[in-house]
Amino acid sequence: MSPFFVITGIVTLLGAAFAMSLRNLVHCALAMAVAFSGIAALYLQLDAQFVGFAEILVYVGAIAILIVFAILLTRSGEAPEKSVLTSGWMAGIAVSAMVFTMLGWAVLNSSAIPKETSPAPVATVRNVGDALMTRFVLPLEIIGLVLTAAMIGAVIIALKEDSQKSKSEDGGQQ
Amino acid sequence: MFDKLDQIFVTALHWLVSYVPEMLRPVVSAMICIAFVMAVFPGVFAITTVLERKILGRIQNRYGPNRVGIPFTKIRLCGFGQFIPDGIKSLTKEDIVPRAADKVVHFLAPVVMLIPVLVSYAVLPFGKHMTITDYDAGLLFFFAVGGAVEVSVFMAGWSSRNKYSLLGAMRAIAQMVSYEIPLILSAVTVVMVVGSLNLSEIVKHQNNYTFGIAHWHVFTPWGLVGFVLFFIASLAESNRTPFDLPEAESEIIAGYFTEYSGFKFALFFLGEYLGMFAIIGLGITLFLGGWTSPVSFLTWIPSYVWFLSKLMAIVFVFIWIRGTLPRLRMDQLMNFAWKFMLPLALINILVAGIWHYMAADWQRWLVCSAIIFGAYAILGRGLMQNQNFGKRIYRYAE
Repeated sequence: MSPFFVITGIVTLLGAAFAMSLRNLVHCALAMAVAFSGIAALYLQLDAQFVGFAEILVYVGAIAILIVFAILLTRSGEAPEKSVLTSGWMAGIAVSAMVFTMLGWAVLNSSAIPKETSPAPVATVRNVGDALMTRFVLPLEIIGLVLTAAMIGAVIIALKEDSQKSKSEDGGQQ
Repeated sequence: MFDKLDQIFVTALHWLVSYVPEMLRPVVSAMICIAFVMAVFPGVFAITTVLERKILGRIQNRYGPNRVGIPFTKIRLCGFGQFIPDGIKSLTKEDIVPRAADKVVHFLAPVVMLIPVLVSYAVLPFGKHMTITDYDAGLLFFFAVGGAVEVSVFMAGWSSRNKYSLLGAMRAIAQMVSYEIPLILSAVTVVMVVGSLNLSEIVKHQNNYTFGIAHWHVFTPWGLVGFVLFFIASLAESNRTPFDLPEAESEIIAGYFTEYSGFKFALFFLGEYLGMFAIIGLGITLFLGGWTSPVSFLTWIPSYVWFLSKLMAIVFVFIWIRGTLPRLRMDQLMNFAWKFMLPLALINILVAGIWHYMAADWQRWLVCSAIIFGAYAILGRGLMQNQNFGKRIYRYAE
């Protein structure tokens, strides 16, 4: 393990921990952006360039901003008075630790994972692009279609409210 | 001899690095490159601030700064010493933090703004063999790093606890998210034609000459449209007039950095200008041939001189636009991005594909230009629809 790996790992874990435990929700969202950046740095150290850049572009640039906007639009920025931890947090930690040990044990003893590690595949951005445009072109197109449908749906939801409002305004005038 | 002059910085770097032990060489080489970027581009920023004030003064029929020169002498340098007192002033001013502000986030925002902007310089080719990291996916790196700027703008606007700051941040984020799409889509055409995301590779592709004129991408139909789209989107990305709604002085004071003073304000200023230079540098690399010369008989001029002079020429156009155009309204801004630039960028991608697969003769010029003109006319009509552009009536002034 290189020192860079350790540092980015610690930063990522700290960001994730703060995202869960800070009182102010906007602080939590910003801490999550730190965690996302840390994950992207980890990907880049593993030579997974495309995933690393996509992580920054999508998660830090878009998702974090989206979350922050959602927080600002739905509640005022005041921090809650009470502690963020509920009364049963001890039991919660115990249960999650048990689940984690179970899952870890199951994964480590699973026969689905080959025991000897294969040599790391070369996944440059060019390879990813080639694969997306040749072997996986159909899934890519389907995802594009689904996303377009979702976007049109979002536009229609946004439009509907507007037309109803104008209708009710017309009704009021009559 | 001209070749040596062209490679003087590369040679100097190799010479300096050869004096340190083998083990430290990568680190020292990286440090020198970082120092180079940190010295050159803030220097260009300092000159640009004076230049901007002088050019705006000229456009508005006044003098602009013309006093500050060398102290205790009568040498005035046409006022080009102005940035030194400006810098000293912002360094020594009191740093005021509002009582209600979120102290940590308020402190971190300018830093978070500056770091991604500086990091994005790592992939720009400033000259022949003068790319700091010749990265295979340089273009993707540039756009990915730029995404972090939005977070910093939000941090600044939200942590100030000021309605003008928050309004400015909201405007800035909406604008950046909207204009990032035509920005990236217009860059995609270059990637399609060159077949590489590596910025040095893209420059190399443009470094050929026919009849003494370079093969810059801007000299093709798709390249011209791509460059104009990229130029407008980069104006918006760097919050320049006519897209300066996020910091519209007459409406919301200074937008997201209203509550910043002293050196933090200077950092925001620096970050904004360095971001502008970086995105102009990318535009030059993609469409204007990077460090190559426009005509073959001027290739003896060093490559970095070409890069910097193209940079300064476009900065001048930015300042010119600032002195000429009024600010857009928010709905005009959004309509322009989503109803005009985005469809045109998509059609331009199609045109780039047609250009790539048609035989290289006059027919492809005709077909590609016809598609672009048609699209431009139809989209322009669509944008103008239902809008009265008649004589403006001032209700209260008459």
